[in-house]
Amino acid sequence: MKKLIDIKAFITATIVTILTIILVFIGSRSLQNYDAALVAYLFGTLFAIFGIVYRYTVWIQRPPTWIYVNRSFKVLFSKEFFHFSWYSIKDFVKNIMLQSFILKRGKKKGAAHLLMAIGCSLAFAITFPLTFGWIHFTLVPATGLDPNATDIYTAHFFGFAVLNFPVKSIIGFMIFGALNWCSILVIIGASYFLQKRLKEPGLIAIQTFEGDILPLLLLILVSITGLGLTLDYEFMHGKAYEFMAVTHAFFVIIFLVWMPFGKFFHIIQRPAQIGAHIYKEVGKRKGMQICKQTGKPYTTQLHIADLQLITRALGFNFRNEKGDSFLEYSPEGKRDMLANAHLKARQEAGKFFG
Amino acid sequence: MAQSYKVQQEFFVDMQRCIGCRACEAACAECETNGHESMIHVNYVDRAQTIQTTVQVCMHCDDPVCANVCPADAITKDEFGIVHSANTSRCIGCSNCVMACPFGVPKKMEKYDLMMKCNMCYDRTSVGKKPMCATVCPSGALFFGTREQMEKMRPNSTPVNKFIFGQETVETKVNLMMPKGSTELKVF
Repeated sequence: MKKLIDIKAFITATIVTILTIILVFIGSRSLQNYDAALVAYLFGTLFAIFGIVYRYTVWIQRPPTWIYVNRSFKVLFSKEFFHFSWYSIKDFVKNIMLQSFILKRGKKKGAAHLLMAIGCSLAFAITFPLTFGWIHFTLVPATGLDPNATDIYTAHFFGFAVLNFPVKSIIGFMIFGALNWCSILVIIGASYFLQKRLKEPGLIAIQTFEGDILPLLLLILVSITGLGLTLDYEFMHGKAYEFMAVTHAFFVIIFLVWMPFGKFFHIIQRPAQIGAHIYKEVGKRKGMQICKQTGKPYTTQLHIADLQLITRALGFNFRNEKGDSFLEYSPEGKRDMLANAHLKARQEAGKFFG
Repeated sequence: MAQSYKVQQEFFVDMQRCIGCRACEAACAECETNGHESMIHVNYVDRAQTIQTTVQVCMHCDDPVCANVCPADAITKDEFGIVHSANTSRCIGCSNCVMACPFGVPKKMEKYDLMMKCNMCYDRTSVGKKPMCATVCPSGALFFGTREQMEKMRPNSTPVNKFIFGQETVETKVNLMMPKGSTELKVF
């Protein structure tokens, strides 16, 4: 019977959530630097953290996933640590940062996804520390009191002053407008995918509203309402502030709460791709598996040995009476064997057609 | 989505009828859900002994091994029994499904770092149409229709959807036309 609650995952998620709350207290200097206006976002973020860690822990315990986790740790603590660390960095840059594998699926698709990824990653990097009270800004008092002086702001991280910059400067413009730039990138990327999902028959056939359309709508709505805040204080003298603030908070909190359940979880899962690449490299060094039907190499011996463990753990048994496994045949070999078995059955029946 | 899927229509494969024309391969590449990549396999049965070719579509297993061995939860089976191609945002290109499928169906598209497979032309079947390959097959090796239609066309054959691989019995949505009275096919 399927467990209603995974105790291991529940405990891990609870510990990580409590640790985050402790870090919020430490980073904001006992909430002294905490902006109370962000408290609703904090609760949304804590929920997202709990949900993501819970799902992640359940996910990595599954036999096929656990094999990769297990093998990755073995490589990490082996003598090849430096080789594979360097390999991981290169792979991370190529496939996670530059997303070259998506670019190969289509240039426009790749570029649009990259815009969304950059926008989201930057926005996460800014908003999470802000929400945790780890980042705040103060005005250097002397510059504030002197009407002729240029206003200088100090950026604080985790309670430490890290940067002084004039408010009216390129740095100030970039820092205070950073989330606007992120919003623009996300709107461009998400709109591209949304129009594709509304008109391409192949996508329409397999997509679901909650799985594919809702995430794009949420990204666009979070970005537009975020831009609305800037629009309000820059051009509307704050007249619509309450409306803008409430709608933005509403969509951001839905986004955060939806993170562990929906499509956004792939952001957390994607680095596993590096693990799969390392696994393949490690396997190649150990030797290739030769298909018993075609006589050709088709994958690594490590892969087949692990797949035998995985399939057994999942309740599948592809071994015959002699102890040979059907997994020791390549996809092509398996298709040949099926065709041969069918041919034999027809021959034995005395008729090829019927 | 899938409002018009005709559940009474089934897929029937008769490998011995395959003439190796590869019309199905060309037609498969028209499938919108495949991103215009051909997913069907056309194989030689026993090249040294015969010119016979055979054809392999996804059999859409009741308990798909490919989905079970996927470490990224990228493969799903829907309410109509269709086992879908890997979810592009989740698939990590590990090839577990490619190596575990007993029918040798999933393809690893190396350049995309993605597994792709036949999903019975879901863009078509979900709106009540037939899969591309079955539409163009000139020899009846691939047929999509009702069981009654098939019985009339092939009175001396029986559709079988139970396959034996070692100690594993795999039941599928797709049927293989076998000699009359057959109940299963032992492959290994």
